[in-house]
Amino acid sequence: MALKGNLRDFNLTQLFNLIHLARKNGVLHLENTSNKVWLGFRDGKLAYGGIDQEDNSLVAILYRARKINANQYRTIKERASGMSDKELGLLLINAGYLTQQEIIQSIQTYLIQIVQRLFLWTEGTFLFENEAALPSDKILLRINLDNLIMEGSRQLQEYDQLKDEIPSLDIALKFCERPGANVRNLRLSPEEWKVVSYINPKNSLKKIAEAAKLNDLEIRRIAFGLLQAGVVELVKADGFSPKRTINPGIPHTSPGEQVSLIKRIIQRIRSL
Amino acid sequence: MQTVKMVVTGPFNAGKTAFIRTVSEINVVSTERKISQEAEKVKETTTVAMDFGRITIDEELVLYLFGTPGQRRFDFMWEILSEGMLGFIVMVDSCKPETFREARSILETFRAYAPTPYIVAANKQDLKDAWDIEDLRIALRLDPQVKLLPCVATDKETVKVVLIELLNQILKELEAKTT
Repeated sequence: MALKGNLRDFNLTQLFNLIHLARKNGVLHLENTSNKVWLGFRDGKLAYGGIDQEDNSLVAILYRARKINANQYRTIKERASGMSDKELGLLLINAGYLTQQEIIQSIQTYLIQIVQRLFLWTEGTFLFENEAALPSDKILLRINLDNLIMEGSRQLQEYDQLKDEIPSLDIALKFCERPGANVRNLRLSPEEWKVVSYINPKNSLKKIAEAAKLNDLEIRRIAFGLLQAGVVELVKADGFSPKRTINPGIPHTSPGEQVSLIKRIIQRIRSL
Repeated sequence: MQTVKMVVTGPFNAGKTAFIRTVSEINVVSTERKISQEAEKVKETTTVAMDFGRITIDEELVLYLFGTPGQRRFDFMWEILSEGMLGFIVMVDSCKPETFREARSILETFRAYAPTPYIVAANKQDLKDAWDIEDLRIALRLDPQVKLLPCVATDKETVKVVLIELLNQILKELEAKTT
């Protein structure tokens, strides 16, 4: 089934959250009026990507990362034009030009730069091709998305959007019990660590904001980031009572009669 | 004659009216009006107060289904319609990610009204643009224990499955209270 929409309605941090939590494999295609970008994922981790209008070959990436100079770039382009990125990488390592670490670091920087550019897109279509094969000639990485998600949420300036995501500051956060959700893996700012230190169902976001001296926008942005990175979830704060509670509609009869009533309804609906 | 009610809620154009129409034994009493705002003209009419359907259970018991208006400007009706409900169903259009945030907000609003069981129905699962159930679960930030069922509001069998699943949840809660 399709996973498609517009970044206006479902932004990149939300998409990354989905890919990260569902440990998806496949290719995400993004397009706005001037650019087409694709990102490949394995087990919910960023493996590779590229911008359609840009040369995303290894030699171009190494040149942009200043790991090779213009002469080396031209020479490799001429002599190794038929080589895959994997073959070229191996050749450069074996020839002692570069280390494996330097090559991986350059690709990682390139991919993160693409993602950083994408975070600036407020509009554009997306389509996730589930289980689409990744290019076999590329050097595939496994970049965790949680830090990228945090970074994306730091750039969110739209108060209205954050208010839609976290409508009330009377709610609290609690740490997820999901395997792999670990705040220690995140690169957090001092303000974010401060918020993390107060996370507890007893502390509403309002209380945390007061204690950490954050305004509404800041506390919402940090809470949204932690939420999207999959390390926390929203819970009702202890002691929170809604403005008005509505009476549930189960008739005031004996428990046995109540059970019998529901069973009668089930039976009737089955027969429809 | 005893009456009980369930509420069907969800964002604009999620399929609430169709859901009730599919199982109601009476022609659904609908308070539909022509849509005036250009941006919302994906369909001709919309519910402005409520939809009302009925299923006679037996000679002594009737189940009423109330559909809430999907547009925020009619949300004053939500609280009124929720009074005395057995449980509620949140309908989500599986093809419209732009409505997921609204669906989440509606779900939170109804959860705050009453501690009644609820279920989320992922409607329009027959369409090619429909999001997968598990993707929807993440997008809607639903806990694993919240029931999220595929649904096609015009297909009686899937509507029945959703209603029965909600009733089973109500039953489970009642049985847990009695033991």
